[in-house]
Formats: sequence, C-alpha cells, structure tokens
Amino acid sequence: MTKVSMTVNGKARSVEVPDNTLLVDYIRENLRLTGTHVGCDTSQCGACVVHVDGQAVKSCTMLAAAAEGAEVTTIEGVAASKDDLHPMQVAFKENHGLQCGFCTPGMIMAATDMVSRYKAAGKTLDEPAIREELEGNICRCTGYHNIVKAIADGASKMA
Amino acid sequence: MTDQGIGARVLRKEDKRFITGKGKYTDDIVQPNQAYAAFVRSPHAHANVKSIDASAAEAMDGVEAVLNGHQLTGDAIGNIICGWGITSKDGSPMNMGAWSALATEKVRYVGDAVAVVIADSKAQAQAAAEAVMVEYEVLPATSNVRDSMKEGAPQIHENAPGNQIFDWEIGNKDETDAALASAHHTTTMDITNNRLSPNPMEPRSAVATFDESEDHYTLYTTSQNPHVARLVLSAFYNVAPEHKLRVIAPDVGGGFGAKIYIYPEEIVCLWASMKTNRSVKWTSTRSEAFLTDAHGRDHVSTATMGFDADNNIVGFKINTKANLGAYMSLFSSSVPTYLYATLLSGQYNIANVYCDVQTYYTNTVPVDAYRGAGRPEASYLVERMMETAARELGVDPGELRRQNFVREFPHQTPVIMAYDSGDFAGNLDQAKAAADVAGFAARKEEAAKRGKLRGMGYSNYIEACGIAPSAAVGSLGAGVGLWESAEVRVNPVGTIEILTGSHSHGQGHETTFAQLVSERFDLPTENIQIVHGDTDKVQFGMGTYGSRSGAVGMSAISKALDKVEAKVKKIAAHVLEAAEDDIVIEGGEVKVKGTDKAMGWHEVGLSAYTAHNLPEGMEPGLKEGAFYDPTNFTFPAGCYICEVEVDPQTGVTEIVQFTASDDFGTIINPMIVEGQVHGGIAQGIGQAMLEHAVYDDDGQLLSGSYMDYCMPRADDVPNYTVSHHSTTCPGNPLGMKGCGEAGAIGSPPAVINAITDAIGNNNLSMPATPSRVWAALQQVSAAQAAE
Repeated sequence: MTKVSMTVNGKARSVEVPDNTLLVDYIRENLRLTGTHVGCDTSQCGACVVHVDGQAVKSCTMLAAAAEGAEVTTIEGVAASKDDLHPMQVAFKENHGLQCGFCTPGMIMAATDMVSRYKAAGKTLDEPAIREELEGNICRCTGYHNIVKAIADGASKMA
Repeated sequence: MTDQGIGARVLRKEDKRFITGKGKYTDDIVQPNQAYAAFVRSPHAHANVKSIDASAAEAMDGVEAVLNGHQLTGDAIGNIICGWGITSKDGSPMNMGAWSALATEKVRYVGDAVAVVIADSKAQAQAAAEAVMVEYEVLPATSNVRDSMKEGAPQIHENAPGNQIFDWEIGNKDETDAALASAHHTTTMDITNNRLSPNPMEPRSAVATFDESEDHYTLYTTSQNPHVARLVLSAFYNVAPEHKLRVIAPDVGGGFGAKIYIYPEEIVCLWASMKTNRSVKWTSTRSEAFLTDAHGRDHVSTATMGFDADNNIVGFKINTKANLGAYMSLFSSSVPTYLYATLLSGQYNIANVYCDVQTYYTNTVPVDAYRGAGRPEASYLVERMMETAARELGVDPGELRRQNFVREFPHQTPVIMAYDSGDFAGNLDQAKAAADVAGFAARKEEAAKRGKLRGMGYSNYIEACGIAPSAAVGSLGAGVGLWESAEVRVNPVGTIEILTGSHSHGQGHETTFAQLVSERFDLPTENIQIVHGDTDKVQFGMGTYGSRSGAVGMSAISKALDKVEAKVKKIAAHVLEAAEDDIVIEGGEVKVKGTDKAMGWHEVGLSAYTAHNLPEGMEPGLKEGAFYDPTNFTFPAGCYICEVEVDPQTGVTEIVQFTASDDFGTIINPMIVEGQVHGGIAQGIGQAMLEHAVYDDDGQLLSGSYMDYCMPRADDVPNYTVSHHSTTCPGNPLGMKGCGEAGAIGSPPAVINAITDAIGNNNLSMPATPSRVWAALQQVSAAQAAE
C-alpha cells in the first residue's frame, strides 16, 4: 500500500492504495469521480483521458503513484465553476457530438488538449488535423461527423 | 405553439449529465458490502471439463467464494434459451443445445465460463480466478460453417447431428427455379457477410444485490430491455420470481444489439449474490467483451438472380449458411430467417423469390442480432447482386434498379412482407442529385490524373422496423409479443412524467419523447420527464432494438396521450361550462375556442387531483396508460451513393463522398435522426472496410482487442451528406418508420460497389482492407498481362 497524493480538480486528495493501482481506478474507485470511463484494456479507446499537469493522459495507462504531486483535471473539473460549462462541453451539446455519452468525457478532455497544443504551436486545427488527432479516441455511436464539428466549434469558442 | 414539437431540432436534454461526467452507468454504481466477480473462462474452444480445483483460490486474500456450474445447476438455475423457435423444412423443431451459465461437463468456445470467484476487490477476484485449476480434455474444434458441416466434424451438441441447428426455407422453390431456368440472363454470386464484434463503448456490467430480509433481488445491468431481462431471468432461468426481482438499466453506453440478450454473467451475479449474501459486481474488460458479447453477421451465401430480355427481374434464389456460434443466443434463430430472408425482395418487384437457410453450431461465441440484424445481410446480398447484374448487362446500375422498383403500395412480396409505403425513385433521384452523379465521369478523369482510381457505387436498401405485430411474430415462432407500453402521469402542478418500456442507450429518447408531448399539449420539454429502464417504475416494456422505439414505443405514448387529452378536455369543459368539442389546448392553457374562457394547464392537473369539481362519476387523478401493438412492420428505405478513390500502388481506399437519402416517415428531431444515420453509416463502413472478427481453425479468437479488431477511427470515415425524402407510414399513429439501423444496413454494399467499380474487379470481400484491394488489383493486372 502506498499513500498517493495529488490535486484533482483543484482539490488536494490523499489516499492509501495498493501499489499497482492505476490512475483511472484511483479517480473512479477511490475518489468516486465516475465521469472518467474505461472502455478497453489496451489503451486505445480514450474513454479514460484526463489531464495530468496540463497534458492529456490515458489514465488507464498510468499508475496512480506516478501522478504523485500532480495537478489532475477530470471531466468533472474542466468547467470554470460548478454552474458553468467549458466551451468544449457546450460545443459537444450544440453540435450533437454525443449519443450514448460513454466516450464523451474522454473526447472532451482530448479535444481541449488538442486545441491548447495547436494554439501553443501556432498551428491550425483544421478538420483533417482533428480527425488525425482523434486516433486515440473511439466512438461507436456518432460516426465522428458531429464530434469533428463540435471540436472545431469548441476550438473557436475557446479562442 | 412551442418550438419544441415534432420536427424541431431540439438540443438533447440528456446531454448535460454526459458532458459533465455525471452520467450514471452500471459500473458507476456501488452497493454497500459490494464484492466483485471474476470468471474462470475456458482457454479452449472445445473441451471436456475433467475437474476444477478451487482450493488454492479459496485460500487467497479477500476471496469470499468460488462457485461452479454444478452448484449452479444444483440450485435449479435454468439453461439459457433462444426465444424464437424455427421449424425446419421437414417440420422438425430447431436443435437447441443446452447452455448453462457456468459450463459443467463441456466448454464450447474460448471464453465459456466454468467458475466464478467472488472477492472483496476486483484485483483479488482476478488473481484468484487465475489460481483456479481446471483440467480440460481438449477436443477438436470448428470455427466456421464450412468445417462444422463436414462429415466427421467435431460434434458440438449431442442433439444437433452434423452440428446443424435447422434447415429452413421461405418463398416458392419450384416457381423460382422455373423462372430462373427461362431467364434471359442470370447473375450468380458467392457472397460472404463478415463476422463482426458489436463493441458498444461501455462494456457490459452487472451489479446484483440479494436482500435476504425481503427475499428480493435488484440487478443493475447494461440492458436494452430490462423488462425482457427480468422476464427471462425469472421465467426461464429461475433466478427469482418476477415480483421479487427488480432490473434497472441506468445510463447504458451503446447497445447495437449486444445488450439485448441475457448473458451468463448477469445470471451468475444474481445467483452469487444470494449464495454469498453480498452485492456482486462484474464489469467486462474489453478482452472479455470480444470473447463473450454476441457477435453479428457471419453468413455465407450463393445467390442467382434472373432477368428477362427487358432487364426485369424474374426470379431470385438464395442459399445461406449461417454460423450461430456455440450456443443459441436469445434471438439468434430469427436473425438469419425472419429478419433476413423476408427482405430479399429488396426494393424490387420480384414475382419469385426462394431462400433456404441452414444454420450451424461452431466453437465460437454465440452470434445474434447486431445493428440491423439480418437486414444488413439481405441488403448486402441484394444490392451487390443488382450492381453486378447491371455491370453484366451493361446498363446503368441506378436505372436497372429504377426499372425494377416497387411503385404501388401496399405491395406483397413473395417472402411474407407487405410493404406499406415508399417512393424509391424519389430517394434515388434525391441521392443522385446530392451526389452529383452527372459529374462523376469528370471527377474520375481528374482523379486518374492524380494516379487514383475513382469509383461509385449504389445501394438501395429496404428494411423492416417497428417490430412487430405480436400475433404475426407469434405465428412465426417468437416467444414474446412485440408491443410496447407507456404511461402518462400528469402531476397536480401540471408537469408530466412519461413512463416508457422503450430504453434509450444513446438514441435521445429523453428529448424526442418529450417533443411528442410538447407537440400534443404545447408545453415546454423541460416540464416533461421521461422515465425508463427500471422495472419497479415502468410496468412493462419490450425495450429498444430493431428501430422500434419511435414506431412502437412512441405510438404507445401517443395512445396514452389520447386518453389524457380526452380527460383534460372533459375536466375543462366541466369547469368552464363548455362543450368538450370546443376545448383546445395551447400556450400552456386549456381554452374554450373562440372565447376568453380558459384555465391554466396546471389548473386542470390540480382540479383532477383535488377532485372538488369533477364531472359526475369521473375518477380523480390524471394518469393514463396504453399498450400499443403494431399492425405491420414499418419499411424504412433509401438510396446511398458512395464514391471512393483507390491508390493502386497500395490498395488504400478513401471514401471521398458518401450521400444518403432516407425515407424514415415522420421525423421527430432531424438532428438526432441525422446523428443516427451518421453512426450507422460509420458502422457499415467499418464492416465494409475495417472490421472482421476472426477465429483460427482451432477456435482461438485472433481479433480479441482494439489492436487486432479495427474499429473505425475519425480519420477512417468521411463527412456524410444525409437528406430525407419521406413518405408517411400508414401503419402507426405518428407515421414513423425508424432510423436507428438504416445506416448500417444500407452502407456496406454502396462501399463495396464503389471499390469494385474503381478497381475493375468484382472479386472482393468485406472487409476491403488495403491488402485485399491490392490483391484484387493484382488479379486485374495479371489478367491484363495474360491477354
């Protein structure tokens, strides 16, 4: 057992967990933040994407202990406040970028990350770029059409 | 009028919780004193179970119990059944093999569970499951129909000689043979419909709780039809009587058919909860999902279509061999029969159709309905045949179709279905215009300059939804009725709850069903709550599959709304001292037409519950229920046109344009309907180009993860151009046909027709991967070199 401490959605958290606890289980099981999902066991579906120190990470691929001292943001903490929505969340709703909702938190976390990265690099996040960037996020419902639209719209809303 | 009624692009009510991470899926549920289940699964496709030694596992930390199939059957838990009986040509019933939720003597596919470990934590349960020692006597296995039907093939179930489950037929054999014999031209093809893994993104999950004090069970599970689950768990599997079992399907992360069935894991979790007196949770890993979720498709067919000298179709004969896997899943038998062969007349006027179907056991996971269920197989067959025939006859593929379209309705096909409405030429014209078919030659020429091979393919699909008239399906072997129920509760403050037996797992019912009520009573959708997915709240329901929630589920709501409306008008007429016929409901008020006399909608609700001033003899309250049994199937149809570019150097194919024109009847929310079509097309493109569930000859699943099974990613699919050209369905009060499966049904043949057009070789099977396309191109080159 190891005591693992990190800041999650702005709140200091500290939990004693088995050494092999994955970050996603720490988030879901220990902190009961169940918006982060698990859709595969080979790190490919992206339903578990969170931000660790500002970078998108598949939380099923990282030990909780490896996030010791980190700043973690999950879907529950992406908006500015409890009553607010992040512009990317708004864009997913307005563009019907979700159906069953299971992949959605990971999609939104991946999307905000890609917008920030492209902005920092001074690159244009056009449709082909969005589609390529979504390599690590699988959706079975939407056919991606409206997810791609939502991310483009969210990117402009974030600008 | 509100702007939230029928036809409005209302944003979804359910989205808020999903985009904020507040959705509540089964794995998010935690019960007090919860333990975790891990299954001990067979690594062999076919083996006798000699012994199970759980002693090491039982001694491990946190292990509550290790349970096996002998204990399960010892507690009289029943075998898993197929609920649709099919009768063979010779009148004999289908050969349903016994399927225990935990195998006792024999395992029949890789993943077949023989034992379960219940432990304090997920990790402890998994570790202990690996410590259960099972001794197997490995038997020869078969993983496909070709091998299963061979003389001397391994015998999978004692009661199915030669592994055959049934040998069924439909249509008129002699007349079809005669029509083909006298045909001016015949087209014959061998067509394989590739096996698929459904892959809803949320893996299956179950949380079972036995409450000893009440002798009552609660099951949270990933189900498309919780009432059907309760019925089957109770009536057939003997887990608990219906009144002692509550099944809740909370937010469900996609279904696509895979979550219709009641699987061994739910049965075992309920039973184990009783055995251990703890809540028991099991959540599938993706690897387990590949091994144990019912797969789809897996047909091998030979078909011959005959034409007269004027290119009219005169006959169509098909033989299909279908792989149903190691056991018969809940609706498995209906898929390659009544959901498939009844659509083999396509959109065409064909006097003679005959199809016979043989189904076989193999040592693979059971095969059952997957998005479209039988209709994609039919549509692929018919539309590949039409395109191929057009090429052989040297005529335009769109025009060959047009010439043979059914134009008058109702139209009785030779294979049971009576099409009730449609305008197939209208859909063809709309799709052709949107796809700029006229400009294709120029685009092809331009692509050639870039070294690309451009091709175009059509698909004019028809399917059957709104399943289904109960008496009709009963006469065909269904073990259930396929009506739907609804209850409308108007509260004393005027807000409304709609209780429905339909279940939403991505379809947006919380929005569209509220739109129906908004349209009727001119109320904002925020005042309307949709309640579903809980057998304690909703009286009964048959659930959501086969695109039935609109045509059947909403029709039930509509029927209940009729009753509420009638009572509201009676109350208002009484209070306002007017004639019922003069009462109108609009703008949040119930008014006397042509006067300023009115009462607020909420005042009617209050009047019904205070009951101080109701018409003589009227019962208090404002709550009405209805059961709706459809009068016919509905027949969504449409035209899809796909345009591809193939790189001849690599075989890499890009879909450069995908155009859809659908006839779904009445559309409640175009935004949601378009989303359904997008998703369906992506799954169809997945089948056509990427996805293939592959077993080796020994029954080992080779495509058991997202490393090996190619799910469509965002850069594998195009933007879709979708449009509607609709005719009203005469069969239900709303005129709806259904839109959930059309995309997956219509798109695969359009894609393959386009690729084969591009490469000039019709010998191409799904999935058309770059290596297969490249190989097909080499055949063309080799043939050219030989000339």
